[in-house]
Amino acid sequence: MEALLAALGLTETAALLSLSPPGWGGNLLRGLVKSLQIAGGAFAFGLLIGIFGAYGKLYGSLVTRDLLGIYTTVIRSVPELVLILILFFVGTDLLNQASAALGYGRVEISGVVAGIWVLGIVQGAYATEVLRGAILAIPKGQLEAGRAFGMSPFTLMRRITIPAMTAYALPGLGNLWLIATKDTALLAVVGFSELTLETRQAASSTRAYFTFFLAAGALYLMVTLVSTFVFRRLEKRARRGEAQAGSGG
Amino acid sequence: MIAALKPLMLPHRLVLIAIGIGIFVFCALTMRWDWIPDYQDLIFEGIWRTLWILVVSVVFGFLLAIPIGFAQAAGPWYLAAPAAAFCTVIRGTPLLLQIWLLYFGLGSLFPQFPWIRSSELWPYLRQAWPYAIVALTISYAAYEGEIMRGAFASVAKGQLESARAFGMSRGKLFRRIWLPQAIRTALPTLGGETILQLKATPLVATITVVEIYAVASRVRQDTFIVYEPLLLLACIYMLIAGAITLLFRHLEKRGVGRSSGGT
Repeated sequence: MEALLAALGLTETAALLSLSPPGWGGNLLRGLVKSLQIAGGAFAFGLLIGIFGAYGKLYGSLVTRDLLGIYTTVIRSVPELVLILILFFVGTDLLNQASAALGYGRVEISGVVAGIWVLGIVQGAYATEVLRGAILAIPKGQLEAGRAFGMSPFTLMRRITIPAMTAYALPGLGNLWLIATKDTALLAVVGFSELTLETRQAASSTRAYFTFFLAAGALYLMVTLVSTFVFRRLEKRARRGEAQAGSGG
Repeated sequence: MIAALKPLMLPHRLVLIAIGIGIFVFCALTMRWDWIPDYQDLIFEGIWRTLWILVVSVVFGFLLAIPIGFAQAAGPWYLAAPAAAFCTVIRGTPLLLQIWLLYFGLGSLFPQFPWIRSSELWPYLRQAWPYAIVALTISYAAYEGEIMRGAFASVAKGQLESARAFGMSRGKLFRRIWLPQAIRTALPTLGGETILQLKATPLVATITVVEIYAVASRVRQDTFIVYEPLLLLACIYMLIAGAITLLFRHLEKRGVGRSSGGT
Protein backbone atom coordinates (compact mmCIF):
# COMPACT_ATOMS: atom_id res chain seq x y z
CA MET A 1 0.00 0.00 0.00
CA GLU A 2 2.69 2.47 1.02
CA ALA A 3 4.87 1.42 -1.90
CA LEU A 4 1.97 2.02 -4.25
CA LEU A 5 1.34 5.48 -2.81
CA ALA A 6 5.04 6.31 -3.09
CA ALA A 7 5.10 5.11 -6.69
CA LEU A 8 2.17 7.40 -7.51
CA GLY A 9 3.78 10.30 -5.66
CA LEU A 10 0.83 10.46 -3.29
CA THR A 11 2.58 9.87 0.04
CA GLU A 12 2.18 13.52 1.01
CA THR A 13 -1.47 13.56 0.00
CA ALA A 14 -2.17 10.44 2.03
CA ALA A 15 -0.48 12.00 5.05
CA LEU A 16 -2.58 15.17 4.70
CA LEU A 17 -5.79 13.18 4.41
CA SER A 18 -4.99 10.63 7.13
CA LEU A 19 -7.65 10.29 9.81
CA SER A 20 -5.39 10.82 12.84
CA PRO A 21 -4.50 14.40 13.92
CA PRO A 22 -1.51 15.44 11.84
CA GLY A 23 -3.77 14.63 8.86
CA TRP A 24 -7.07 16.41 8.30
CA GLY A 25 -9.19 13.43 7.17
CA GLY A 26 -10.95 13.21 10.54
CA ASN A 27 -11.99 16.86 10.34
CA LEU A 28 -13.40 16.36 6.86
CA LEU A 29 -15.42 13.32 7.95
CA ARG A 30 -16.74 15.16 11.01
CA GLY A 31 -17.74 17.98 8.66
CA LEU A 32 -19.46 15.49 6.37
CA VAL A 33 -21.46 14.04 9.27
CA LYS A 34 -22.54 17.53 10.30
CA SER A 35 -23.49 18.39 6.71
CA LEU A 36 -25.59 15.25 6.48
CA GLN A 37 -27.25 15.95 9.84
CA ILE A 38 -28.18 19.46 8.72
CA ALA A 39 -29.34 18.26 5.30
CA GLY A 40 -31.43 15.46 6.83
CA GLY A 41 -33.02 17.73 9.41
CA ALA A 42 -33.70 20.46 6.87
CA PHE A 43 -35.20 17.95 4.44
CA ALA A 44 -37.53 16.56 7.13
CA PHE A 45 -38.51 20.05 8.33
CA GLY A 46 -39.06 21.11 4.71
CA LEU A 47 -41.27 18.05 4.09
CA LEU A 48 -43.40 18.93 7.10
CA ILE A 49 -43.84 22.50 5.85
CA GLY A 50 -44.42 21.10 2.37
CA ILE A 51 -47.30 18.84 3.43
CA PHE A 52 -49.10 21.67 5.23
CA GLY A 53 -48.22 24.07 2.40
CA ALA A 54 -49.52 21.73 -0.30
CA TYR A 55 -52.76 21.11 1.59
CA GLY A 56 -53.14 24.82 2.22
CA LYS A 57 -52.54 25.65 -1.43
CA LEU A 58 -55.02 23.02 -2.63
CA TYR A 59 -57.78 23.12 -0.03
CA GLY A 60 -57.11 26.26 2.05
CA SER A 61 -59.06 29.48 2.09
CA LEU A 62 -58.39 32.15 -0.54
CA VAL A 63 -56.18 34.13 1.82
CA THR A 64 -54.17 31.04 2.84
CA ARG A 65 -53.58 30.24 -0.81
CA ASP A 66 -52.36 33.73 -1.62
CA LEU A 67 -50.10 33.87 1.43
CA LEU A 68 -48.57 30.50 0.54
CA GLY A 69 -48.17 31.72 -3.02
CA ILE A 70 -46.20 34.71 -1.74
CA TYR A 71 -44.07 32.41 0.46
CA THR A 72 -43.13 30.06 -2.37
CA THR A 73 -42.53 32.87 -4.89
CA VAL A 74 -40.34 34.91 -2.56
CA ILE A 75 -38.27 31.93 -1.41
CA ARG A 76 -37.76 30.74 -4.96
CA SER A 77 -36.63 34.09 -6.33
CA VAL A 78 -34.29 35.27 -3.55
CA PRO A 79 -30.82 33.67 -3.38
CA GLU A 80 -30.42 31.05 -0.64
CA LEU A 81 -27.42 32.91 0.71
CA VAL A 82 -29.50 36.04 1.34
CA LEU A 83 -32.34 34.00 2.87
CA ILE A 84 -29.88 32.18 5.11
CA LEU A 85 -28.55 35.48 6.44
CA ILE A 86 -32.02 36.98 6.96
CA LEU A 87 -33.44 33.86 8.63
CA PHE A 88 -30.32 33.44 10.73
CA PHE A 89 -30.48 37.00 12.09
CA VAL A 90 -34.25 36.84 12.59
CA GLY A 91 -33.95 33.45 14.32
CA THR A 92 -31.21 34.52 16.74
CA ASP A 93 -33.00 37.83 17.46
CA LEU A 94 -36.31 36.12 18.23
CA LEU A 95 -34.63 33.50 20.40
CA ASN A 96 -32.65 36.07 22.33
CA GLN A 97 -35.73 38.21 22.90
CA ALA A 98 -37.67 35.17 24.06
CA SER A 99 -34.92 34.11 26.45
CA ALA A 100 -34.59 37.68 27.75
CA ALA A 101 -38.34 37.80 28.34
CA LEU A 102 -38.09 34.56 30.30
CA GLY A 103 -35.26 35.98 32.35
CA TYR A 104 -32.35 34.08 30.82
CA GLY A 105 -29.31 35.65 29.21
CA ARG A 106 -28.22 35.45 25.59
CA VAL A 107 -28.34 31.96 24.16
CA GLU A 108 -25.83 30.42 21.81
CA ILE A 109 -27.55 28.52 19.02
CA SER A 110 -25.82 25.39 17.80
CA GLY A 111 -24.83 25.48 14.15
CA VAL A 112 -26.77 22.33 13.37
CA VAL A 113 -30.08 23.62 14.75
CA ALA A 114 -29.69 27.00 13.07
CA GLY A 115 -28.80 25.31 9.78
CA ILE A 116 -31.85 23.06 9.96
CA TRP A 117 -34.15 26.01 10.71
CA VAL A 118 -32.73 28.13 7.90
CA LEU A 119 -32.48 25.50 5.17
CA GLY A 120 -35.76 23.86 6.26
CA ILE A 121 -37.74 27.01 5.52
CA VAL A 122 -36.08 27.27 2.11
CA GLN A 123 -36.74 23.58 1.40
CA GLY A 124 -40.35 24.00 2.54
CA ALA A 125 -41.15 26.29 -0.38
CA TYR A 126 -39.86 23.82 -2.95
CA ALA A 127 -41.45 20.86 -1.12
CA THR A 128 -44.82 22.66 -1.17
CA GLU A 129 -44.71 22.82 -4.95
CA VAL A 130 -43.48 19.23 -5.37
CA LEU A 131 -46.15 17.77 -3.07
CA ARG A 132 -48.90 19.95 -4.53
CA GLY A 133 -48.08 18.59 -7.96
CA ALA A 134 -47.99 15.04 -6.62
CA ILE A 135 -51.37 15.34 -4.90
CA LEU A 136 -52.87 16.76 -8.10
CA ALA A 137 -51.52 13.76 -10.01
CA ILE A 138 -53.52 11.26 -7.91
CA PRO A 139 -56.52 10.01 -9.92
CA LYS A 140 -59.55 11.85 -8.52
CA GLY A 141 -61.61 8.69 -8.20
CA GLN A 142 -59.33 7.33 -5.48
CA LEU A 143 -59.92 10.33 -3.22
CA GLU A 144 -63.64 10.29 -3.99
CA ALA A 145 -63.85 6.60 -3.16
CA GLY A 146 -62.13 7.26 0.16
CA ARG A 147 -64.61 10.02 0.96
CA ALA A 148 -67.52 7.78 -0.10
CA PHE A 149 -66.36 5.22 2.48
CA GLY A 150 -66.79 7.92 5.09
CA MET A 151 -63.09 8.44 5.84
CA SER A 152 -62.28 11.51 7.89
CA PRO A 153 -59.93 14.00 6.16
CA PHE A 154 -57.05 12.83 8.35
CA THR A 155 -57.64 9.13 7.62
CA LEU A 156 -57.96 10.00 3.94
CA MET A 157 -54.60 11.76 4.05
CA ARG A 158 -52.91 8.94 5.98
CA ARG A 159 -54.37 5.99 4.07
CA ILE A 160 -54.94 7.32 0.54
CA THR A 161 -53.33 10.66 -0.30
CA ILE A 162 -49.85 10.12 1.13
CA PRO A 163 -49.33 6.53 -0.11
CA ALA A 164 -50.79 7.35 -3.52
CA MET A 165 -48.78 10.51 -4.06
CA THR A 166 -45.44 9.02 -2.95
CA ALA A 167 -44.64 7.64 -6.39
CA TYR A 168 -45.33 10.99 -8.06
CA ALA A 169 -43.47 12.98 -5.42
CA LEU A 170 -40.30 10.88 -5.17
CA PRO A 171 -38.43 12.23 -8.24
CA GLY A 172 -39.00 15.81 -7.08
CA LEU A 173 -38.14 14.94 -3.48
CA GLY A 174 -34.96 13.20 -4.64
CA ASN A 175 -33.90 16.43 -6.34
CA LEU A 176 -34.78 18.38 -3.22
CA TRP A 177 -32.61 16.11 -1.07
CA LEU A 178 -29.68 16.65 -3.44
CA ILE A 179 -30.25 20.40 -3.28
CA ALA A 180 -30.34 20.16 0.53
CA THR A 181 -27.00 18.37 0.70
CA LYS A 182 -25.39 20.91 -1.60
CA ASP A 183 -27.01 23.91 0.09
CA THR A 184 -25.39 22.97 3.40
CA ALA A 185 -22.16 24.24 1.79
CA LEU A 186 -23.67 27.74 1.85
CA LEU A 187 -23.67 27.64 5.64
CA ALA A 188 -19.88 27.86 5.40
CA VAL A 189 -20.32 31.52 4.46
CA VAL A 190 -22.12 32.19 7.78
CA GLY A 191 -19.41 30.30 9.66
CA PHE A 192 -21.02 26.95 10.54
CA SER A 193 -18.39 24.24 10.61
CA GLU A 194 -19.71 21.77 8.06
CA LEU A 195 -17.79 19.98 5.32
CA THR A 196 -17.01 22.97 3.11
CA LEU A 197 -15.78 25.19 5.94
CA GLU A 198 -13.71 22.37 7.48
CA THR A 199 -12.22 21.84 4.03
CA ARG A 200 -11.36 25.48 3.65
CA GLN A 201 -9.74 25.60 7.07
CA ALA A 202 -7.70 22.50 6.32
CA ALA A 203 -6.73 23.87 2.92
CA SER A 204 -5.67 27.29 4.10
CA SER A 205 -3.63 26.00 7.02
CA THR A 206 -1.73 23.46 4.90
CA ARG A 207 -1.76 25.44 1.60
CA ALA A 208 -2.78 22.18 -0.15
CA TYR A 209 -5.88 23.66 -1.76
CA PHE A 210 -6.27 21.14 -4.56
CA THR A 211 -5.94 18.10 -2.31
CA PHE A 212 -8.61 19.17 0.14
CA PHE A 213 -11.11 20.72 -2.26
CA LEU A 214 -10.91 17.65 -4.51
CA ALA A 215 -11.30 15.35 -1.49
CA ALA A 216 -14.36 17.27 -0.32
CA GLY A 217 -15.74 17.21 -3.86
CA ALA A 218 -15.34 13.43 -3.90
CA LEU A 219 -17.24 13.16 -0.61
CA TYR A 220 -20.11 15.30 -1.89
CA LEU A 221 -20.17 13.34 -5.15
CA MET A 222 -20.33 10.08 -3.22
CA VAL A 223 -23.34 11.36 -1.25
CA THR A 224 -25.02 12.40 -4.49
CA LEU A 225 -24.43 9.09 -6.25
CA VAL A 226 -25.58 7.00 -3.28
CA SER A 227 -28.67 9.19 -2.83
CA THR A 228 -29.55 8.96 -6.52
CA PHE A 229 -29.32 5.18 -6.32
CA VAL A 230 -31.44 4.99 -3.15
CA PHE A 231 -34.12 7.29 -4.52
CA ARG A 232 -34.29 5.30 -7.74
CA ARG A 233 -34.85 2.12 -5.70
CA LEU A 234 -37.48 3.85 -3.55
CA GLU A 235 -39.30 5.07 -6.63
CA LYS A 236 -39.31 1.62 -8.13
CA ARG A 237 -40.71 0.27 -4.89
CA ALA A 238 -43.36 2.98 -4.71
CA ARG A 239 -44.42 2.21 -8.28
CA ARG A 240 -44.54 -1.58 -7.79
CA GLY A 241 -48.36 -1.62 -7.78
CA GLU A 242 -48.69 0.27 -11.04
CA ALA A 243 -49.29 -1.29 -14.43
CA GLN A 244 -46.02 -1.46 -16.34
CA ALA A 245 -46.10 0.66 -19.48
CA GLY A 246 -43.12 -0.55 -21.49
CA SER A 247 -39.78 -1.22 -19.84
CA GLY A 248 -38.47 2.37 -19.67
CA GLY A 249 -38.64 4.18 -16.33
CA MET B 1 -52.71 46.09 -18.89
CA ILE B 2 -56.23 46.24 -17.43
CA ALA B 3 -56.69 42.53 -18.13
CA ALA B 4 -53.46 41.86 -16.22
CA LEU B 5 -54.80 43.74 -13.21
CA LYS B 6 -58.07 41.83 -13.08
CA PRO B 7 -56.89 38.92 -10.89
CA LEU B 8 -55.77 41.50 -8.33
CA MET B 9 -59.25 43.00 -8.04
CA LEU B 10 -60.72 40.24 -5.85
CA PRO B 11 -61.84 41.53 -2.44
CA HIS B 12 -59.46 39.41 -0.34
CA ARG B 13 -56.55 40.36 -2.58
CA LEU B 14 -57.35 44.05 -2.24
CA VAL B 15 -57.16 43.61 1.53
CA LEU B 16 -53.84 41.74 1.22
CA ILE B 17 -52.47 44.45 -1.07
CA ALA B 18 -53.54 47.11 1.41
CA ILE B 19 -51.79 45.22 4.22
CA GLY B 20 -48.71 44.84 2.00
CA ILE B 21 -48.63 48.57 1.28
CA GLY B 22 -49.09 49.21 5.00
CA ILE B 23 -46.10 47.02 5.85
CA PHE B 24 -44.06 48.73 3.13
CA VAL B 25 -44.87 52.21 4.43
CA PHE B 26 -44.21 51.07 8.01
CA CYS B 27 -40.80 49.73 6.96
CA ALA B 28 -40.00 52.85 4.98
CA LEU B 29 -40.85 55.12 7.93
CA THR B 30 -39.55 53.22 10.94
CA MET B 31 -36.45 51.48 9.62
CA ARG B 32 -33.15 53.14 8.90
CA TRP B 33 -32.61 53.96 5.24
CA ASP B 34 -30.34 56.99 5.67
CA TRP B 35 -27.34 54.97 4.50
CA ILE B 36 -28.71 54.62 0.97
CA PRO B 37 -27.48 57.99 -0.41
CA ASP B 38 -23.93 57.25 0.79
CA TYR B 39 -23.86 53.89 -0.94
CA GLN B 40 -25.97 54.77 -3.98
CA ASP B 41 -23.16 54.61 -6.52
CA LEU B 42 -21.83 51.39 -5.06
CA ILE B 43 -25.30 49.81 -5.15
CA PHE B 44 -25.80 50.60 -8.83
CA GLU B 45 -22.31 49.38 -9.63
CA GLY B 46 -23.10 46.16 -7.74
CA ILE B 47 -26.36 45.59 -9.60
CA TRP B 48 -24.61 46.23 -12.88
CA ARG B 49 -21.88 43.72 -12.02
CA THR B 50 -24.40 41.08 -10.94
CA LEU B 51 -26.28 41.45 -14.24
CA TRP B 52 -23.07 41.39 -16.21
CA ILE B 53 -21.85 38.19 -14.54
CA LEU B 54 -25.28 36.62 -15.02
CA VAL B 55 -25.54 37.45 -18.73
CA VAL B 56 -21.99 36.43 -19.61
CA SER B 57 -22.16 33.12 -17.74
CA VAL B 58 -25.62 32.25 -19.12
CA VAL B 59 -24.63 33.00 -22.73
CA PHE B 60 -21.33 31.11 -22.61
CA GLY B 61 -22.83 28.36 -20.49
CA PHE B 62 -25.61 27.83 -22.99
CA LEU B 63 -23.17 27.76 -25.91
CA LEU B 64 -21.20 25.08 -24.04
CA ALA B 65 -24.37 23.19 -23.14
CA ILE B 66 -25.25 22.59 -26.80
CA PRO B 67 -22.25 20.35 -27.60
CA ILE B 68 -22.44 18.75 -24.13
CA GLY B 69 -26.09 17.87 -24.61
CA PHE B 70 -25.65 16.80 -28.21
CA ALA B 71 -22.70 14.55 -27.38
CA GLN B 72 -24.82 12.74 -24.82
CA ALA B 73 -27.91 12.49 -27.00
CA ALA B 74 -26.36 11.48 -30.31
CA GLY B 75 -22.58 11.31 -29.96
CA PRO B 76 -20.32 8.27 -30.02
CA TRP B 77 -19.51 6.77 -26.60
CA TYR B 78 -16.07 8.39 -26.36
CA LEU B 79 -17.76 11.81 -26.46
CA ALA B 80 -20.94 10.86 -24.62
CA ALA B 81 -19.18 9.33 -21.62
CA PRO B 82 -16.97 12.35 -20.75
CA ALA B 83 -19.91 14.72 -21.29
CA ALA B 84 -22.10 12.64 -18.96
CA ALA B 85 -19.30 12.44 -16.39
CA PHE B 86 -18.83 16.22 -16.57
CA CYS B 87 -22.54 16.80 -15.89
CA THR B 88 -22.61 14.31 -13.00
CA VAL B 89 -19.53 15.71 -11.28
CA ILE B 90 -20.50 19.37 -11.60
CA ARG B 91 -24.11 18.77 -10.61
CA GLY B 92 -23.07 16.48 -7.76
CA THR B 93 -20.84 18.94 -5.92
CA PRO B 94 -21.67 22.34 -4.39
CA LEU B 95 -20.98 25.37 -6.56
CA LEU B 96 -19.31 27.13 -3.63
CA LEU B 97 -16.74 24.34 -3.47
CA GLN B 98 -16.10 24.62 -7.23
CA ILE B 99 -15.63 28.38 -7.00
CA TRP B 100 -13.17 27.98 -4.12
CA LEU B 101 -11.33 25.17 -5.88
CA LEU B 102 -10.80 27.36 -8.94
CA TYR B 103 -9.97 30.57 -7.10
CA PHE B 104 -7.85 29.29 -4.21
CA GLY B 105 -6.55 26.17 -5.96
CA LEU B 106 -5.66 27.51 -9.40
CA GLY B 107 -4.98 30.94 -7.94
CA SER B 108 -2.27 29.47 -5.71
CA LEU B 109 -0.94 27.24 -8.48
CA PHE B 110 -0.53 29.82 -11.26
CA PRO B 111 2.06 32.08 -9.59
CA GLN B 112 4.42 29.09 -9.35
CA PHE B 113 4.94 29.13 -13.11
CA PRO B 114 7.11 32.04 -14.29
CA TRP B 115 5.83 31.85 -17.87
CA ILE B 116 2.26 32.43 -16.70
CA ARG B 117 3.34 35.40 -14.65
CA SER B 118 5.08 36.94 -17.63
CA SER B 119 2.21 36.25 -20.03
CA GLU B 120 -0.33 38.76 -21.32
CA LEU B 121 -3.10 37.06 -19.35
CA TRP B 122 -1.48 37.49 -15.93
CA PRO B 123 -3.12 40.86 -15.08
CA TYR B 124 -6.48 39.11 -15.50
CA LEU B 125 -5.52 35.91 -13.73
CA ARG B 126 -4.58 37.92 -10.65
CA GLN B 127 -8.11 39.22 -10.32
CA ALA B 128 -11.07 37.31 -8.94
CA TRP B 129 -13.75 37.86 -11.57
CA PRO B 130 -12.34 35.57 -14.29
CA TYR B 131 -12.53 32.65 -11.85
CA ALA B 132 -16.08 33.65 -10.91
CA ILE B 133 -17.16 33.75 -14.55
CA VAL B 134 -15.49 30.44 -15.37
CA ALA B 135 -17.01 28.65 -12.36
CA LEU B 136 -20.52 29.98 -13.03
CA THR B 137 -20.25 29.22 -16.75
CA ILE B 138 -19.18 25.64 -16.10
CA SER B 139 -21.99 25.14 -13.61
CA TYR B 140 -24.64 26.55 -15.98
CA ALA B 141 -23.26 24.44 -18.84
CA ALA B 142 -23.61 21.27 -16.76
CA TYR B 143 -27.20 21.92 -15.62
CA GLU B 144 -28.29 23.16 -19.03
CA GLY B 145 -26.36 20.40 -20.81
CA GLU B 146 -28.50 17.84 -19.04
CA ILE B 147 -31.64 19.64 -20.23
CA MET B 148 -30.30 19.97 -23.78
CA ARG B 149 -29.58 16.22 -23.80
CA GLY B 150 -33.28 15.56 -23.20
CA ALA B 151 -34.27 18.24 -25.72
CA PHE B 152 -32.07 16.79 -28.47
CA ALA B 153 -33.34 13.29 -27.73
CA SER B 154 -36.97 14.42 -27.87
CA VAL B 155 -36.87 15.76 -31.45
CA ALA B 156 -39.14 13.44 -33.45
CA LYS B 157 -37.22 10.85 -35.44
CA GLY B 158 -39.44 11.31 -38.50
CA GLN B 159 -38.30 14.91 -38.83
CA LEU B 160 -34.65 13.94 -38.89
CA GLU B 161 -35.37 11.13 -41.36
CA SER B 162 -37.32 13.38 -43.72
CA ALA B 163 -34.55 15.96 -43.58
CA ARG B 164 -32.09 13.25 -44.56
CA ALA B 165 -34.45 12.14 -47.32
CA PHE B 166 -34.35 15.71 -48.65
CA GLY B 167 -30.60 15.26 -48.95
CA MET B 168 -29.64 17.73 -46.24
CA SER B 169 -26.03 17.53 -45.20
CA ARG B 170 -25.37 16.69 -41.54
CA GLY B 171 -24.43 20.28 -40.75
CA LYS B 172 -27.56 21.66 -42.35
CA LEU B 173 -29.74 19.06 -40.66
CA PHE B 174 -28.30 20.10 -37.30
CA ARG B 175 -28.58 23.82 -37.97
CA ARG B 176 -32.02 23.88 -39.51
CA ILE B 177 -33.94 21.03 -37.90
CA TRP B 178 -32.32 19.51 -34.86
CA LEU B 179 -30.98 22.56 -32.98
CA PRO B 180 -33.95 24.93 -33.42
CA GLN B 181 -36.42 22.30 -32.26
CA ALA B 182 -34.27 21.29 -29.30
CA ILE B 183 -33.94 24.92 -28.23
CA ARG B 184 -37.70 25.38 -28.50
CA THR B 185 -38.24 22.34 -26.27
CA ALA B 186 -35.69 23.60 -23.76
CA LEU B 187 -36.93 27.21 -23.70
CA PRO B 188 -39.55 26.85 -20.90
CA THR B 189 -36.94 25.40 -18.53
CA LEU B 190 -34.31 27.92 -19.61
CA GLY B 191 -36.02 30.75 -17.72
CA GLY B 192 -36.06 28.74 -14.50
CA GLU B 193 -32.42 27.76 -14.94
CA THR B 194 -31.48 31.40 -15.49
CA ILE B 195 -33.21 32.39 -12.24
CA LEU B 196 -31.29 29.60 -10.47
CA GLN B 197 -28.13 31.08 -11.98
CA LEU B 198 -29.08 34.53 -10.69
CA LYS B 199 -29.46 32.98 -7.24
CA ALA B 200 -25.99 31.47 -7.56
CA THR B 201 -24.26 34.78 -8.35
CA PRO B 202 -23.90 35.99 -4.71
CA LEU B 203 -21.53 33.08 -4.11
CA VAL B 204 -18.82 34.93 -6.04
CA ALA B 205 -18.82 37.56 -3.30
CA THR B 206 -16.89 35.01 -1.21
CA ILE B 207 -13.94 35.38 -3.58
CA THR B 208 -13.91 39.19 -3.36
CA VAL B 209 -15.93 40.01 -6.48
CA VAL B 210 -17.89 43.12 -5.53
CA GLU B 211 -21.40 42.53 -6.83
CA ILE B 212 -24.65 43.58 -5.18
CA TYR B 213 -24.50 40.99 -2.39
CA ALA B 214 -20.98 42.08 -1.46
CA VAL B 215 -22.15 45.71 -1.41
CA ALA B 216 -24.93 44.81 1.05
CA SER B 217 -22.44 42.93 3.23
CA ARG B 218 -20.17 45.94 3.26
CA VAL B 219 -23.03 48.20 4.34
CA ARG B 220 -23.74 45.78 7.18
CA GLN B 221 -20.13 45.76 8.28
CA ASP B 222 -19.69 49.55 8.01
CA THR B 223 -22.90 50.68 9.67
CA PHE B 224 -23.96 47.68 11.78
CA ILE B 225 -27.42 47.93 10.23
CA VAL B 226 -28.53 44.30 9.81
CA TYR B 227 -31.96 43.96 8.27
CA GLU B 228 -32.34 46.94 5.96
CA PRO B 229 -29.54 46.11 3.48
CA LEU B 230 -30.69 42.48 3.39
CA LEU B 231 -34.31 43.49 2.70
CA LEU B 232 -33.19 45.82 -0.08
CA LEU B 233 -31.05 43.01 -1.45
CA ALA B 234 -33.99 40.59 -1.43
CA CYS B 235 -36.15 43.16 -3.25
CA ILE B 236 -33.48 43.72 -5.90
CA TYR B 237 -33.15 39.98 -6.55
CA MET B 238 -36.93 39.58 -6.75
CA LEU B 239 -37.14 42.41 -9.28
CA ILE B 240 -34.40 40.86 -11.43
CA ALA B 241 -36.05 37.42 -11.18
CA GLY B 242 -39.38 38.96 -12.21
CA ALA B 243 -37.73 40.65 -15.19
CA ILE B 244 -36.16 37.32 -16.26
CA THR B 245 -39.55 35.58 -16.01
CA LEU B 246 -41.19 38.25 -18.20
CA LEU B 247 -38.35 38.15 -20.72
CA PHE B 248 -38.56 34.39 -21.16
CA ARG B 249 -42.37 34.46 -21.32
CA HIS B 250 -42.00 36.96 -24.16
CA LEU B 251 -39.39 34.82 -25.93
CA GLU B 252 -41.52 31.72 -25.56
CA LYS B 253 -44.58 33.41 -27.00
CA ARG B 254 -42.61 34.62 -30.00
CA GLY B 255 -41.00 31.23 -30.52
CA VAL B 256 -44.32 29.39 -30.40
CA GLY B 257 -45.98 31.89 -32.72
CA ARG B 258 -43.25 31.41 -35.28
CA SER B 259 -43.51 27.65 -35.22
CA SER B 260 -47.27 27.64 -35.86
CA GLY B 261 -47.06 30.45 -38.44
CA GLY B 262 -44.49 29.31 -41.00
CA THR B 263 -43.47 25.78 -41.83
